[in-house]
Amino acid sequence: MAWFTKSEEKKKNTRENLWVQCKNCYSHIYKSEWETNLNVCPNCNFHGNINSWDRIELLFDKNTFKELHANISPVDTLKFVDLKGSYQDKFEANKKKSGLSEAVVTGYGKINNYKVVTAIMDFRFLGGSLGSATGEKILRAANYAHDKNIPLIIFSESGGARMQEGVLSLMQMAKTCNGIAKLNKKNIPYISVLANPTTGGVTASYAMMGDINIAEPYAVIGFAGRRVIEQTIGEKLPEDFQTAEYLLKHGFIDSIVNRKDLKNYISNVLSFYNR
Amino acid sequence: MSSKSGKNLTKNNNGKTAWEIVKISRHPNRPLLQDYLELVFENFIELHGDRYFADDPAVVGGFAEIAGEKVMLIGHNKGKNTKENIERNFGMAKPEGYRKALRLMRLAERFNIPIITIIDTPGAFPGIEAEERGQAESIAKNITEMAKIEVPIISVVIGEGGSGGALGIGVGNTILMLSNAIYSVISPEGCASILWRDSSYAPDAADALNLTAKSLLKLEVIDEIINEPGDGAHTDYNKTAEEVKNSIIKNLKLLKNLSVNKLLDKRDEKYSNMGDFSTKG
Repeated sequence: MAWFTKSEEKKKNTRENLWVQCKNCYSHIYKSEWETNLNVCPNCNFHGNINSWDRIELLFDKNTFKELHANISPVDTLKFVDLKGSYQDKFEANKKKSGLSEAVVTGYGKINNYKVVTAIMDFRFLGGSLGSATGEKILRAANYAHDKNIPLIIFSESGGARMQEGVLSLMQMAKTCNGIAKLNKKNIPYISVLANPTTGGVTASYAMMGDINIAEPYAVIGFAGRRVIEQTIGEKLPEDFQTAEYLLKHGFIDSIVNRKDLKNYISNVLSFYNR
Repeated sequence: MSSKSGKNLTKNNNGKTAWEIVKISRHPNRPLLQDYLELVFENFIELHGDRYFADDPAVVGGFAEIAGEKVMLIGHNKGKNTKENIERNFGMAKPEGYRKALRLMRLAERFNIPIITIIDTPGAFPGIEAEERGQAESIAKNITEMAKIEVPIISVVIGEGGSGGALGIGVGNTILMLSNAIYSVISPEGCASILWRDSSYAPDAADALNLTAKSLLKLEVIDEIINEPGDGAHTDYNKTAEEVKNSIIKNLKLLKNLSVNKLLDKRDEKYSNMGDFSTKG
């Protein structure tokens, strides 16, 4: 069977290298086309995951971005082991695979000449989950914005709190919101951008607390998981349930902005803060 | 005790496994907010409604006295039986519950009344109406605003500390926890069904999650364990209530001596220091 397996694998590899399947409309898009379109489906405008460094390149004026606290990474405080192995092994493998030390990249730079501090979550690292080191980086970014009096923008792309850190991950919600509270008190602008998906403990903390909340088209945004809700109420949920469009309709986000327009949208908003 | 995975579960909670503690924390006869209202507090004036949408019976709040001290009491309201539980949605709050809690906290702040929150919920309610009215936003708002509230806040975990639903009223200066209560980011069943792909691994997940009072004291998430009598709070309501009362009074006294700035700084410091990380990249 070896020849068969090999050729199947090769075929699969080629397919994966050349095509991307849109998670929303399931159409197959040339990978190169998908990427030039900023990981946005040219067919249905679904905004796929974008890694933090691509987002930085897209948003920040050339050569202005400086990373902060790149050395902060997770520790396996609880020595958490599940069926598939230890948390330690899991995050080490994720570090290697993604080249990141945590599920968020933080730093500062300029967006159309406006100085901003930013935290950009990255779904490639443990599903963008919020752990203690993630929370630490976000808090430090908020504190940096606070101390230097610079607006903060957080881009969320996360499945929620990181279970492998138990209640310590839950406490990151309080830790990060503490940072946001201090910005509020000093009247420093905070813009939250929600990408697909933003759920659980991340939605129920800093992601919903922007003075301005912006979402990307069709992003899934919610507190409880769709399946959990379906089980609780025993019925099917509406098609647009927990989408950016649904949240806009119900009053929880200010606007839905296409990825390609985000840079100018953000700088335009910042221009209204008379500082 | 051996689990489904065959792993020996640690009995480091006074000879009990974490899963045994989970079961005690959910015991049908376990004392609830309504019992502490009777046994610990006096002169309770219940205050209703969030002023936006409704009054959530899963959260109870109002003025109360404890040993002559005036406080604002807010807590999750589980029921004693099926009828009560259906009325109170099993202590699972909706956005209007969290918004009522915040309204009462701000009221307390204006009149310099310390706040006591009582935590006992499986979690925030996962339903359509909760999502469409902003479950996430209401919890996020409470967590953020509690960081700014200028009066002492004491949170007491009396039973189940269910994730964001618990934290939504739980950002206290001091967190007290009964010895057989639990506090977790996710229920052991939920965690098992995701990470073990089978909810019957819940005892393993309970062990791994470090959700008992003893573990959480070691992790510096909570500040003090309130010891339960005998085989658990359900075996002696009066003794449990007495311990809870003493602990609240003692901690209230400590917090009342602090200036507003000190109170806020200490709360900031407490949550800023939650969790470990490496600085080696």
